[in-house]
Amino acid sequence: MFWNVTQSLMNGLATTFEIFILTLIFALPLGLVVAFGSMSKFKPLRYLVDVLVWIIRGTPLMLQLIIIFYGPGLWLGKNIWSGDEAGRITATVVAFTLNYACYFSVIFRGGIEGVPKGQREAGKVLGMTNSQIFFKITLLQMVKRVVPPMSNEIITLVKDTSLARIIAAYELTFAGYSFMKSAGITWPLFYTGVFYLLFVGILTIIFKQIEKKLEYFR
Amino acid sequence: MAILEVKNIEKNFDNTKVLKDVSFSLEEGNALAIIGSSGSGKTTLLRCLNFLEKPDKGVISVKGETLFDASIPATMRDKDLRTKRLHFGMVFQSFNLFPQYTALENVTLAEKLFAQERPDFRQRKKEILDEINEHGNALLKQMGLEERKDHYPHQLSGGQQQRVAIARALALKPDILCFDEPTSALDPELTGEVLKVIRGLAEQKTTMIIVTHEMAFARDVSDQLIFMDDGVIVEQGDPRQVIDNPREERTKQFLTRYTQG
Repeated sequence: MFWNVTQSLMNGLATTFEIFILTLIFALPLGLVVAFGSMSKFKPLRYLVDVLVWIIRGTPLMLQLIIIFYGPGLWLGKNIWSGDEAGRITATVVAFTLNYACYFSVIFRGGIEGVPKGQREAGKVLGMTNSQIFFKITLLQMVKRVVPPMSNEIITLVKDTSLARIIAAYELTFAGYSFMKSAGITWPLFYTGVFYLLFVGILTIIFKQIEKKLEYFR
Repeated sequence: MAILEVKNIEKNFDNTKVLKDVSFSLEEGNALAIIGSSGSGKTTLLRCLNFLEKPDKGVISVKGETLFDASIPATMRDKDLRTKRLHFGMVFQSFNLFPQYTALENVTLAEKLFAQERPDFRQRKKEILDEINEHGNALLKQMGLEERKDHYPHQLSGGQQQRVAIARALALKPDILCFDEPTSALDPELTGEVLKVIRGLAEQKTTMIIVTHEMAFARDVSDQLIFMDDGVIVEQGDPRQVIDNPREERTKQFLTRYTQG
């Protein structure tokens, strides 16, 4: 039995990990784009981005996931997500990417605005272009500033993947829960918790190391 | 002919006139000191020369070439201002060194970025980078910092950081080196080493503009002195004459207040 449960949970973990990593890959750059949008000198764009961030942060992720997964089928009469597990995971990643990009953008903006104005000016008087200033000067200083708040957000993402269960994606929590339903046993739920703890534990170590790597400057 | 010609510069922030019709010129190899109380517009004037602020009116020319003319929009394009800035080097009050780079990297960064635009960069990459590092090392040596070249800014004292910043400003060989209160953020015992370096540059006939509160230093080092108050040049001329025998009432008041501490 223990072996059976372990195998099922490993399967669930694979899906959880897939949602997690794909969301990160898409939401990190998108978050930066949204951050730039929210700092744009072009007011209409800034307002548009502010409203988007407000809506995304102001409504539950679970609700967003339901709307994104079922919405197209109901409005268009045709499900744009394929009906299988892959389709459910894709829809989850889309919903999570949108949601997390908005949260990341606020952190990124804080990080960028936290870099002293003098740094930009020093780059300017040395004849650097705006993109050189961003990539050679601002970016690393921003990264150093955002690592602690980002690690918080990314750890939350690990656990938010369990929301994918609402559209029946077979992720880790779903896997543990199904044993309770089918066999009436509860210990797999605690075992599931151990999987999350290990996942987050590894992430915590990675973030510590990144912070340490960036300690060489202040 | 003057290397720098500034004519009728005006700058407003919202409804405040920070610079009102400022004109002056500077000869090659001369050092110009600008004194005045805070809020008099000295720093804004320097920032206008570096195009960190765009003047609302006026003309700036270097070596006879009009860099900026507020009445000709074509001279105000951001893209061109980027390279026009290179006529001026800038040393900031708060150093503004890049914290993630060593002293040497701070000095060489801009030069390396410009080198990437050279057509022969790909083939001669190593050679070019070696040359740039050598140049950076020489500048740090000139600042008395050769042993600190691999230190990060936070490992250096304020005076050392400011000397790195001076080396960085010199790296792109500007025509005119600008200092914005270079010792104001320093502990008193550290100002000496920075002033010594600037004095050395003056002896080598570096063309400079120094905004400063160090009156004795301005008097000794500069060839020309400007006293500003409330956005205008009140008095300018020979530094000894202006400081020892000011003609204008406002200059006298400022200097009296200053010497009384």
